[in-house]
Amino acid sequence: MLSISGVHTFYGSIQALRGVDVEINEGEIVSLIGANGAGKSTLLMTVCGNPRAAKGSIKFDGRDITNMPTHEIIHNGIAQSPEGRRIFPRMTVMENLQMGATTSSPEHFDEDIDKVLELFPILKERASQRAGTLSGGEQQMLAIGRALMSRPKLLLLDEPSLGLAPMIVKQIFEVIRDINRLQNMTVFLVEQNAFHALRLAHRGYVMANGQILMTGTGQELLADEKVRAAYLEGGGTA
Amino acid sequence: MAYFVQQLINGVTLGMIYGLIAIGYTMVYGIIGMINFAHGEIYMIGAFISIISFLFLGWFGVTWIPLALMIVLIVTMMFTAFYGWSLERTAYRPLRGAPRLAPLISAIGMSIFLQNYVQLLQGARNKPLPPKITGSIEIMEQAGFTVQLSYLQILIIVLTLILMVAFSTIIGKTALGRAQRACEQDRGMAALIGINVDRTISITFIMGASLAAVAGVMVTLYWGVVDFFIGFLAGLKAFTAAVLGGIGSLPGAMLGGLLIGLIEAFWSGYFSIEYKDVAVFGILVLVLIFRPTGLLGQPEIEKV
Repeated sequence: MLSISGVHTFYGSIQALRGVDVEINEGEIVSLIGANGAGKSTLLMTVCGNPRAAKGSIKFDGRDITNMPTHEIIHNGIAQSPEGRRIFPRMTVMENLQMGATTSSPEHFDEDIDKVLELFPILKERASQRAGTLSGGEQQMLAIGRALMSRPKLLLLDEPSLGLAPMIVKQIFEVIRDINRLQNMTVFLVEQNAFHALRLAHRGYVMANGQILMTGTGQELLADEKVRAAYLEGGGTA
Repeated sequence: MAYFVQQLINGVTLGMIYGLIAIGYTMVYGIIGMINFAHGEIYMIGAFISIISFLFLGWFGVTWIPLALMIVLIVTMMFTAFYGWSLERTAYRPLRGAPRLAPLISAIGMSIFLQNYVQLLQGARNKPLPPKITGSIEIMEQAGFTVQLSYLQILIIVLTLILMVAFSTIIGKTALGRAQRACEQDRGMAALIGINVDRTISITFIMGASLAAVAGVMVTLYWGVVDFFIGFLAGLKAFTAAVLGGIGSLPGAMLGGLLIGLIEAFWSGYFSIEYKDVAVFGILVLVLIFRPTGLLGQPEIEKV
């Protein structure tokens, strides 16, 4: 469904991605793990065309999206809940969800909003509140909900567990599994929380210094000595 | 008392015009974070196009005022909107992503360019327009002083109020308005949910320019004379109004415009007409020192 091949990305003169190949099939949850600064978020943003890949190609549903403007890439059926959540703080929760539906037809708006509010009931209580006043966990739920409002074929999630209490993290990972199982949503998940991310995923990639080091099923990577040593032992298993 | 009421009427009328121009500043600032210093020139071009349109209509024998006024408003808004759109395309869009100073300098350059362009095309002399809308209502009389509210003043106030309500509704309630507010809060994220950011910015310039066009038509009718330099002072005052109200805030621009109009009218009426501009810009200085976010501007409240 999404096929990233040989992608190089630069921030000015700094090279963030050095020839990345990633393949994501329909219906999968694929996790990308790696340390801070490995280039995980850059990869997700490069898929959305900001920054743009300097070399290599990105194909989605057989279509080359490497040089498409960001908003057109989104119209093709990709949604992202980005690093730092980036909800619209001076809009209400409801308006944020409406914004998420920008690319989808107004006919199924009511149906979609019911689905999202069912996944995250707390957002219903907060519907008319300004999004900037939500707690971190609620903002994360809103960011994911907003991404779901566009009925994406592929959902990109950037560190949905960052800075959240373990209870909330658990809840969010459960929702990710549910939308994958029940709605057959394809999910590409970027995480530092390697244990959770790999347990949830069908397949995983390990990234460091802008390159893919390793790939395999979630179970294989969880069992791998090097992965355990680098990303799991000493903290990650919370 | 009568004199006070008269100044109040004059001030409100003037304030409406400043408010219309100020909305253009505040909307553009909101969405791309720059002061469009060529906006005053867009208003000046609006005033010129309105004179030219009245002239053409006169040749074609359209003299029934309501009809003529409608046509002039529509034609002026269309042409001026086109100028606003081209301005953004040529002078600002290529500089998107450049350091903040670059588009600011580009804006000042466009302002000088447009002034000289109109001066070359239309000449430096004043262009008069004979009064089109005459007559007034006498509201009260006191000690030989008659308070007059002219039909033109009523028109200006009513039309401005209608436009302001319409624009507030667009920004507050429609999908276009939500897209504009999304671009204002986080342009990168707006693109990430599928909003065409460039097009939204273009539409914002078109909306701002159309309102400046209406202000141009009103001023032409009100003062009956325009020249290539009127955009400078009116632009600065409308900018002051936008800052006073809180730049980026739509109701703030309206309130700021109204206050600037009132300050100017009362200062002229009670102190000295020569110093009215000093009074207005003195306010700008005071606001910037004591309340940089303006009256209705809010400091950012964001939870990370």
